[in-house]
Amino acid sequence: VTTEPQNRNTFGFEKKDYVGAKSTLCVGCGHDSVTQGIINALFESDIHPFDIVKLSGIGCSSKTTNYFLNQSHGFNSIHGRMAALATGAKIANRSLQVVGISGDGDSASIGLGGLLHLFRRNLPMVYLVENNAVYGLTKGQFSATAELNAKAKVGHDNHFHGLDLCALAITAGCQFVARSFSGDSKQLVPLVQAAMKFNGTAFIDVISPCITYANHEGSMASYDYVRSHKISLQELGFIANASTVTADYAEGDTVTVSLASGSELRLRKLELAYDPGNLPAALARLYEAKLREEILTGLIYLHSDSRSATRALPDALNLPATPLTRLTEEELRPQPGTLTTILRDFR
Amino acid sequence: MKLNDWSLKIATSNGSGSQSANLILVKSLFRMGIPVGGKNLFPSNIQGLPTWFTIRTHPKGFVGRQAQNNLVVSMNPQTVLQDEASVLSGGWHLVADEALPKIAPRPDIRRFLIPFRELSKDTSSSIRLRKLLANVVYVGIVARLLKMDRSVVEETLHDHFKGKDSVIESNLKAFAIGWNYAETHLPVAEFPLRAAAIKDGNQGKILIDGNSSAALGLLFGGCTFMSWYPITPSSSLAESFESYALQYRSDDQDRHRFAVIQAEDELSAINMVLGAGWAGARAVTTTSGPGLSLMAEAAGLSYFAEVPAVIWDVQRAGPSTGLPTRTMQGDVLAAQKLSHGDTQHVLLFPAKPEECFEFGRTALDLAERLQTLIVVLSDLDLGMNLWIADEFQENEKPFDRGKVLSAEGLNHVDSFARYADVDGDGIPYRTLPGTHHTKAGYFARGTGHTETAGYSEDSDNYARILTRLKKKMDTARGLVPPPVLTQSQPSASRTLLIAYGSTDFIIPEVQELLSQRGLQSDYLRLRAWPLSPETATTISNYDRVFLIEQNRDGQMRDLLRSEGSTAMTSILSFDGLPISAQAVANDICVHLGKEPL
Repeated sequence: VTTEPQNRNTFGFEKKDYVGAKSTLCVGCGHDSVTQGIINALFESDIHPFDIVKLSGIGCSSKTTNYFLNQSHGFNSIHGRMAALATGAKIANRSLQVVGISGDGDSASIGLGGLLHLFRRNLPMVYLVENNAVYGLTKGQFSATAELNAKAKVGHDNHFHGLDLCALAITAGCQFVARSFSGDSKQLVPLVQAAMKFNGTAFIDVISPCITYANHEGSMASYDYVRSHKISLQELGFIANASTVTADYAEGDTVTVSLASGSELRLRKLELAYDPGNLPAALARLYEAKLREEILTGLIYLHSDSRSATRALPDALNLPATPLTRLTEEELRPQPGTLTTILRDFR
Repeated sequence: MKLNDWSLKIATSNGSGSQSANLILVKSLFRMGIPVGGKNLFPSNIQGLPTWFTIRTHPKGFVGRQAQNNLVVSMNPQTVLQDEASVLSGGWHLVADEALPKIAPRPDIRRFLIPFRELSKDTSSSIRLRKLLANVVYVGIVARLLKMDRSVVEETLHDHFKGKDSVIESNLKAFAIGWNYAETHLPVAEFPLRAAAIKDGNQGKILIDGNSSAALGLLFGGCTFMSWYPITPSSSLAESFESYALQYRSDDQDRHRFAVIQAEDELSAINMVLGAGWAGARAVTTTSGPGLSLMAEAAGLSYFAEVPAVIWDVQRAGPSTGLPTRTMQGDVLAAQKLSHGDTQHVLLFPAKPEECFEFGRTALDLAERLQTLIVVLSDLDLGMNLWIADEFQENEKPFDRGKVLSAEGLNHVDSFARYADVDGDGIPYRTLPGTHHTKAGYFARGTGHTETAGYSEDSDNYARILTRLKKKMDTARGLVPPPVLTQSQPSASRTLLIAYGSTDFIIPEVQELLSQRGLQSDYLRLRAWPLSPETATTISNYDRVFLIEQNRDGQMRDLLRSEGSTAMTSILSFDGLPISAQAVANDICVHLGKEPL
């Protein structure tokens, strides 16, 4: 009898099998830390890496899908269209687990329309934005998530309102909304693991500083700024194979949220009054955070009210369990004689 | 007396409910065995603006638009003057009495005032219904004048409103009122037109629009994914596909073996198709000109990342928003080059409902075989108007799913390189996401890439990939539907007419009109781009070549020139109306120094 060595996971893979191409991002880029967090989260998950597809649009963040899960399928598409690409891929093959990585240019500007409609449709996927409030590849322009009065590296101020992607996600119908920080892997890893187990769109806005164009004094997305303005709502722990789940949102300072296939997310509340199941309260707290110049992180909103839950898109479309891509030709062709029946209406 | 050789125009206003009435009239003629076609000329409007419906019968089945009509029914005061002008000499004009403004008499036609409002007052107690039923009153009058088979019309009416007994009853009543009115108030014996039933005349035929035909073609062609954004004149294709699929593509637990997603815009619609095509679905988006423009960037991605996709473009009159409810073949060049850089696409040109059905499957097969975008160019005239077609036959041959390596297949290859030209035809092998094999994964991208799908900015490598993509387009020449050459008898003609798409409908009539001027012509109908290898040679065999198309710039002529066919004359129609055989024949006569017809 041979036993798997300790450094292999459920599927017999080693950590190095979850690594991708060498990053070509700047040394110190927040995105590389996020990539490492994703590798850790996926290595420990019970999802087969060959069932995962990595999708992205265009930008520094969108390059990162190349930096993990080298043996999985990936598609680095065009600017702002990852949400639509994901919708097509997932609906075509519902057994795929979609991990989408985007940036604040890709998602909050050119792709904002598609993103909001993804939330509306509740497509099961992890949609992770690496948000640095700046355009990196085109060298330092403000993005739509840059805060009002933030300073560009070359000195001028941002005169426009900064979009809060989490607030937008909640109002657009997203049922799993979180924010994290590239420098906080203890929080990010369980969030990604929980997101992978959520049957619907799981949105994570990860503040991920740009070391080159937005790490200066006056930037409101620099490492120093984020560290000094960040508030963690909870301490998070993901449990893959929890025994029977007892309660959601129990009283007290620790709550347990049950997710798919017996997994759980445990939240030890750091802000005792905060209830991520309360939508109006979540929006109010986000708004308050903006006024106080706080960066609120943790699980911001998780839908808990079955009355207004939208079904996940494959169910709303009433798809069979078998992916559309695996239906046989016989299953796709209408019954013999159908054409004759239909054409009768045209006689 | 004109027997089954006349055209009829009905002028109404949009939203007045004339569509059912007109459909019943056309269908009744069809069921009488008469060759007939129906065209709806409608505004971009929901209620109030003028709309016309024309019906043409011809013993040889000519269905091209006629500039003037033998019988005109005017229900709309807004247009009655121009409608009167469109009555052919010797024709009749029936005018709703409230529609008649001060109008000078035309001694060469006969005009009758019909009190439609008065006649429909007994059809229903509801004012709204009475307005709708006024349309059925004209059906009754026209049917009686044409001596149509009354029982056929009544049966058609019955079928049209199947299951709604009270509606059937009030419609039958309105129909009888019209019929009886004509009988008692109009000199029916003097009416110059007649619809004469032809026994077995339309045996094995159907009366259908191109969009419904395409929807059925996609259903039977194995389309599993459709995303679309509403736009005239393509919306009815997507809606029709969804309703057929709901009925005929559900499993025994009523689960849907297809997905239709109404997207937020055409950008998303096409990118959803790319996601689905990449994952292995047979995926289509339907659109028209403005939507096609929005899809440009993704079209380039499909070409360069080699993702199967189909755009079904039901063309309308551009540029820009143009005439949203009028027809055109104006997207040929835009579609062929859709996107920046050296992008090229395969085009299909269905010319009739049978081909809308057939190409539904052909487009999906080609997209998967060639791993690229296929653009099908239908148009409003073909897509939304009614045509007689041969009953469709299901193609029993297995779908072509192209070069896909399964996990099992990967066991038998030494290595897998996504973009390598293994077979020398320019078409690489692909794997589908979710394939459990260590060799299966690859990273698709719109950026420069190596044969193994790695990121690359290497010049030689980039040029090599572009060259292979061109080779793939050459392979396509042998796979697309070849052109159809119809030679005149005796086959000594030195004149060739070239057309494609819905222009085909008028060509037999054009040829007949030309032969009345002593000119025999052969006819080459293009069905796809790129051209089959022998096409240029065929064209070069003729002394005189006329390329007839429905756009201003001779877009297909430009494409043919790029293939070396230079000596040809463009005959163009671009007023937004369906093309007219008479006008085309006249143009050709002028070019040949012959007297116009």
